[in-house]
Amino acid sequence: MPDAVALQRRRGRAAFVLVCLAVLAAAAVVAFLTVGARGRWDFVLAFRGVKLAAIVLVGVAVATAAVIFQTIVQNRILTPSIMGFDALYSLIQTSVVFFIGARGLGFGDQRLAFAVDVCAMIGFALLLYGWLLADERRSLHMMLLVGVVMAAVFRSSTSFMERVIDPNDFVVLQDRLFANFNTVRRELLVPAAIAVLAVLVAVWRLLPRLDVMLLGREAAIGLGVDHRRVTMQVLALVAILTSVSTALVGPITFLGLLVANFAYVIVPGFRHIHIVPAAAFIAVITLAGGQLVLERVFALNAALPMVIEFVGGAVLIALLIRSSRR
Amino acid sequence: MLLALASASLLVGVGDRSWDIMLVSRLPRTLALLLAGASLAVAGVLMQLVVQNRFVEPTTAGTAQSAGLGMLAVTILAPDAPIVAKMLCAAAFALAGTAAFLGILRSIPLRSTLTVPLVGIVFGGMVWAGTTMLAYRYDLLQTLATWNASDFSTVLRGRYELLWIGLGLMIAAYVAADRFTIAGLGRDNAVNLGLDYRAVVALALLIVALVTAATVVTVGIIPFLGLVVPNIVSLAAGDNLRRTLPLVAGLGAGLMLACDLIGRVVRFPFEIPAGTVMGIIGGGIFLYLLLRKGGRLA
Repeated sequence: MPDAVALQRRRGRAAFVLVCLAVLAAAAVVAFLTVGARGRWDFVLAFRGVKLAAIVLVGVAVATAAVIFQTIVQNRILTPSIMGFDALYSLIQTSVVFFIGARGLGFGDQRLAFAVDVCAMIGFALLLYGWLLADERRSLHMMLLVGVVMAAVFRSSTSFMERVIDPNDFVVLQDRLFANFNTVRRELLVPAAIAVLAVLVAVWRLLPRLDVMLLGREAAIGLGVDHRRVTMQVLALVAILTSVSTALVGPITFLGLLVANFAYVIVPGFRHIHIVPAAAFIAVITLAGGQLVLERVFALNAALPMVIEFVGGAVLIALLIRSSRR
Repeated sequence: MLLALASASLLVGVGDRSWDIMLVSRLPRTLALLLAGASLAVAGVLMQLVVQNRFVEPTTAGTAQSAGLGMLAVTILAPDAPIVAKMLCAAAFALAGTAAFLGILRSIPLRSTLTVPLVGIVFGGMVWAGTTMLAYRYDLLQTLATWNASDFSTVLRGRYELLWIGLGLMIAAYVAADRFTIAGLGRDNAVNLGLDYRAVVALALLIVALVTAATVVTVGIIPFLGLVVPNIVSLAAGDNLRRTLPLVAGLGAGLMLACDLIGRVVRFPFEIPAGTVMGIIGGGIFLYLLLRKGGRLA
């Protein structure tokens, strides 16, 4: 049974890669908490702990969203943020304040506002992307271009709304829209963590079906997977994950693309149970390590999203070139 | 139609309609809108002919973003340089950026119609990310934000005259219109028909770079205009540039005026930058062109 042996060996190697990544991620986390720390430890740890919590949540959310989204759209170039998910979330945040007002519905409580935003996000994402993905004839490049342009339109609409909004409401909105790794919205960490955990449980239960989805739509349906239903479930999960990451630290367009593709390269095999955690570890390593290097070596505190944008853009172009060569 | 929009643009606004305000603020603003809209639309159509793709224009090919990078570079290195020098520097960067984009395109052997704008948009995003990083380093993020918003409200007499360069360039484009039309048939056809293909392409790119630099320097980056207008005109009137160029220029100017007017009226007396309105309207039209049933380009 050479096949079974090979399979066994591949699983072993995948587990080994995962352990290595976990160790690296742990090292990055410890380094992030301790390197260059001066003064009282309880202050340093609490201060950096908030940032770190955000980094871990965002890393896990973005990586998981990217991998499961790429499974349902059947290619490795589209990711939720490239398709405009986080731009849509920003637009929804602004519109909710615009239409309801910052203080209506007891919005002094940020967590309630977050819940409303997430619900609206799920609804709109299902409508819009469900419709966009439903047409089988659209080519990859078409979807990609539509997504990129849609993201641009969402961003323009957001800044349009920002200008039209009541200045009093805008003050409330401001700290929500300009979140980044240095001004993490602390009060959202707990609800965000709960949301991410819930999504991870749902993804866990979907794992076998996701593996089958990789075979393609016809094969998956032939094997008894309700393709449309799983697609919609995944879209809803992606909507929640994107809401969490965007609400906490704002949009990071290319992180998902980078970590998902890196995970495909270094993890042997295709099973989601290996790929998803690997991508999540890579995301945490990238974010914690990158932030550490930028802060300590280059003294650039807020530049990480821009660096990711730049590197991610280069990788995307390389992927496009490669995919058209084949 | 254009006249109606232009006179509306002159008349809408805060304060009395005294001659001073007219001459110092309203008239320059309207002229700036007309010039920027028309010349950007023309730049778009030239670019589409040269690249032979209907979805490229200065903002989807990295040209405008590179011009922004050039502006930033000259602001950091020589903040006191005269505005014309700044514009030329921006134009040089725009030209280099476009050349780099064309270089990337050449390395993609089998490209679909859609890969071209895709690569262009991502490339533009990379240039912009680099620009933002540089601006962050030198505490110029706010300056950068004004270039990105393309606001015409700051246009006053003495502050927009650079845009007249666009008129000269448009005339140049009209004179050479037939050559550009032939270049649009593709390299082999053009050479076959006795055209100095390289020279024509170089001329087109030079015009595009100068127009883009002039608009970025005076008002900022205006998205999608150069893409949407030529496509609409081409649907209605075909691709003979000699005939369509005035239409393209006129429609570009009209759309620009309309966007600015909407931005001024929606939340009177406050203003929304014309570039933002254009991002919504232009992007919407772009999506429609992409997704429309039986789209011949998809």
